[in-house]
Amino acid sequence: MSIELLYILILLIPLLTAVGVLVCHQKPNVREAVTLIGGISLFLVVVALAFNYDFEQPVTLTLLEPFPNLSLALRLEPLGLLFALVAGFLWPVTSLYAIGYMRAHHEKNQTRFYFAFAISIFATMAITLSANLLTLFLAYEMLTLFTLPLVTHAGTDAARRAGWTYLGILMTTSIGFLLLAIIWTWTLTGTLEFTPGGILAGKAEPAILGALLLLFVFGTGKAALMPFHRWLPAAMVAPTPVSSLLHAVAVVKAGVFTILKIAVYIFGIDLVGQLDAAYWLSMLAGFTILSASIIAMSKDNLKARLAYSTISQLSYIILAAMLGVAGGIMAGSLHIVMHAFAKITLFFAAGAILVSWHKSSVSELNGIGRAMPITMLAFLLASLSIVGLPPLGGSWSKWLLLNATMDAHNMVLLIVLLVSSLLSIFYLVEIPIRAFFAKPSDPNYNNGINEAPTFSLIAILITTTGCLLLFFLVSPAWNLVEQIIP
Amino acid sequence: MDLMMHLPVLIVVVPLLAGALIVLLNHRKGAWLITLLTSIFLVYASVQLIQMVGQVDVISYTLGGWKAPLGIELRIDALSALMVLILAASALLVSIYALKSVEKEIPEQNHVLFYTALLLVIAGLIGISITADAFNIFVFLEISSLSTYALISMGRDRRALHASYHYLIMGTIGATFILIGIGFMYVMTGTLNIEDLAQRLPAVADTNAIRAAFAFITIGVGIKAAMMPLHQWLPNAYAYSPSVVSTFLAATATKVAVYVLIRFVLSLYGIEFSLVQMPFDNLLMILGTIGILGGSVYAIYQSNVKRMLAYSSVAQIGYILLAIGLASQPGFTAALLHMFNHALIKGTLFMALGLVFFRFASTELSVMSGMGKTMPLTMAAFTIGGLSLIGVPGTAGFVSKWYLVIALLDASLWPLALLVLVASILTLIYIGRVIEVAYFRPVPEGRTRQKVPLTMMVALWIFALSNIYFGLDTEISQGMASLAVNQLIGVTP
Amino acid sequence: MHELLEHYNYWIVVILMMMGLYIVIASSNLVKKLIGLSVFQVSVFILYITFGKVTEGSPPIITDNTDVYSNPLPHVLILTAIVVGVATTSVGLALIVRIQEAYGSIDEDEIHDMDDKDDFHIEKQV
Repeated sequence: MSIELLYILILLIPLLTAVGVLVCHQKPNVREAVTLIGGISLFLVVVALAFNYDFEQPVTLTLLEPFPNLSLALRLEPLGLLFALVAGFLWPVTSLYAIGYMRAHHEKNQTRFYFAFAISIFATMAITLSANLLTLFLAYEMLTLFTLPLVTHAGTDAARRAGWTYLGILMTTSIGFLLLAIIWTWTLTGTLEFTPGGILAGKAEPAILGALLLLFVFGTGKAALMPFHRWLPAAMVAPTPVSSLLHAVAVVKAGVFTILKIAVYIFGIDLVGQLDAAYWLSMLAGFTILSASIIAMSKDNLKARLAYSTISQLSYIILAAMLGVAGGIMAGSLHIVMHAFAKITLFFAAGAILVSWHKSSVSELNGIGRAMPITMLAFLLASLSIVGLPPLGGSWSKWLLLNATMDAHNMVLLIVLLVSSLLSIFYLVEIPIRAFFAKPSDPNYNNGINEAPTFSLIAILITTTGCLLLFFLVSPAWNLVEQIIP
Repeated sequence: MDLMMHLPVLIVVVPLLAGALIVLLNHRKGAWLITLLTSIFLVYASVQLIQMVGQVDVISYTLGGWKAPLGIELRIDALSALMVLILAASALLVSIYALKSVEKEIPEQNHVLFYTALLLVIAGLIGISITADAFNIFVFLEISSLSTYALISMGRDRRALHASYHYLIMGTIGATFILIGIGFMYVMTGTLNIEDLAQRLPAVADTNAIRAAFAFITIGVGIKAAMMPLHQWLPNAYAYSPSVVSTFLAATATKVAVYVLIRFVLSLYGIEFSLVQMPFDNLLMILGTIGILGGSVYAIYQSNVKRMLAYSSVAQIGYILLAIGLASQPGFTAALLHMFNHALIKGTLFMALGLVFFRFASTELSVMSGMGKTMPLTMAAFTIGGLSLIGVPGTAGFVSKWYLVIALLDASLWPLALLVLVASILTLIYIGRVIEVAYFRPVPEGRTRQKVPLTMMVALWIFALSNIYFGLDTEISQGMASLAVNQLIGVTP
Repeated sequence: MHELLEHYNYWIVVILMMMGLYIVIASSNLVKKLIGLSVFQVSVFILYITFGKVTEGSPPIITDNTDVYSNPLPHVLILTAIVVGVATTSVGLALIVRIQEAYGSIDEDEIHDMDDKDDFHIEKQV
């Protein structure tokens, strides 16, 4: 199996799945089976790629050449592989969850849902494999457009307005800032290829490079750096499977992935370390972390609280990238994995609560642990992963991150990280504690177990186990992130 | 082969004769058929011409064997060939589209005359693109304009008449200004041949007469090209004319006016004079920028989608003028590239609207409620065109934006680059409004999935898919643009 | 003063041109606008013809009496332009006739008022 063939399969499988979903419109069970088969085969192909790929000898596949000397091309590197593995694993798991959720919730337009899911995964995979900024930008914009029908799925007025916010913020930042930065980079260097060590060193004065960095980071609206974060809570109006995969994994991770890639392969980590703009951006990320955590504490709506938690966690990664040290990149990349598993578990749980008990506010969750013990236990474990406590996977990335801030001699940010971990105990761990130890707010909670729908429950178990396993079996991920900056 | 030698004159003569033939035959279906056959011939001819130009750089053809500069000469260089390609391809797709569209929108007794006028417009526009005689440009300009006035007036809405009249007044003033300019140039140099003029002008360039001539010509062309603030005639003319007409005009007419501008500015006066001595580069950039912003902002407030697209066209012409005003090689390349790509974009959008009009006799935004379900293929094509207009990567519009921003950054005008990208956001707003209504508003009572004629759908989708094709493979579009620019700038005396 | 009189032909052109443009802009009657347009175009015709006149030149028809002829080319150009002008005027008048049928008026202001009320399209009387 040649590497190029694997690349093509990675892009082709989601597309074929999408077509299959459309074709099986009338037969829901076959349709769902198509989605699951597509997801599992995609993951297997990514794993095959992982085993067969030698990072010392990268393989590039050029698809098209729209402009002279600028092609749409695919090339794998460690960070991309990491993201691809995460997204590839979590897609079938989320599909499993979605089957339970959508049916129990009697959602309409399920074919459109699974179709949009599949093509969004296509766009995500294209992002992970991009060999240059042009390919990345194309896939990035596709992701925005393909996920729009998912965000506005409900079709209500609120969904429409959320769709406008989503589209507006993401496209304004991507066309106004990111595209400008990309074209500017092209004029400065004559290339857009992702190159170890970066392509911008010495090509312009620090002031210009700093402005470019600002354009790139603010242009990546999907990373939800303040003040371009509003789309994330707005997108919570979508069904929970959408929020889980896309806004805990695919869309937001594409954002921070982009920032990491640009930091490592366009600027080069040394250059980032030298730029004032990077320092200010890391401070802004720190500010985002704290303010998002505080806002999260004030939110009673469960999904809104999780949304702000996501904003906060994403800024961890942005902060890590802007530190300008190799440890930061390792920390940020590892956090992509850890946060993905933890957050998706939390969203799964929130969705399960919504479907089984029609509750969406934290204040209504007192004592629900009696009725949904497995779900709330999963919630607890995932929360601990976010806080960064062993034996959950999140502790590794937290530890690396703390080390990186010390490497970069930034005590302020070190304190920010510690404070935010503390805050996350308050706004996250509070919930399972209420669930198990508080007096029930709804008397029905005592009437025996009414757990999540079966498929969804299986998905929850898988991801929670993932959070635990990632603590003990972290070495494959560790090996990958170490190779990003050799 | 004899045919090949005479292609330059045939591409003008054939549509003219075909028009006359149609009137003589006075048969409705026959009229359409002749139009279709003529456009097929034109496409074939344009491809041949492009290949010939690729080999010899410039094709020169003297009418009646009278040698230039005394006789009228036709000169086809890369730019002319590009224009002929745009015109021929648009003519072909519009002809396919017209079969059913004309039946629906235009009263039966006018069909034959409609096709005649259409062919005259095509002949006139092609003539403008290939002639090397300044006065000849005026003649062909008026041929195409008069036929255009007639075509616009055939729209169903009575406001089409008034729009056509308004356009007639403004257009004639514009053409007469051009005539004045040509007259002044003739007086000072004694010749009308563009190349000859280019050689003789530098000697007399420092006179008021030549400066006045330049001013008159640029204003005249500005009116025709709908350069802000001379754009007043365009929104109504596009909005109320029949769908075939607005599609064809949006794809071609203003571009040909810009072509005339480029010809005069580059081939005739030369960059030195036009863009350095006269402050035309700044003027173009300012007016272009105002056009971009004004057009986009006005578009947002329209409730008639056709008028919205008309204002959008004003904005797009602004982009092209801005690019020309940069007076640099990347700038001109971006301008020519966008002339080509914009024809594809607006062709798609107006054709899609034509299908809406076909079914519902209106292009008000409210009529398009729920159209994502009732006319899914049409809306999908509209969406593709819309994405191309916004400049989403993977579409032809993105390619134009890319080159334009590069040209602006090349001139260190990064505030303008940012502005161009911001204008894309404005485009997103008004296109987004249409898409929102089509996909998110409920379907009106009792409306079911609409059937539309196959010919119209085929033409629409050819336009739509070419947006994607030329967004991913720019060899032809960008290649021709670069070639044309090299020839134009190298021609400066 | 001498210069003014010497170039009286150009002055006439300019005055006619401005009169024509003024009539176009200031009239609200559509027919009058068209007349103004014609006046404007005529001024340009005179401009060309006056360009062609060579001092002491005779009309450009070969005779034995003289060697100096006025330039025939502007005359030819203007013939073309006159034809164009005639065509323009006739198209314009045809449009005015149709406008009269459709609106019942050929006054620009009245038509504008009627257009503003036309928020939905109204079919022309065919």
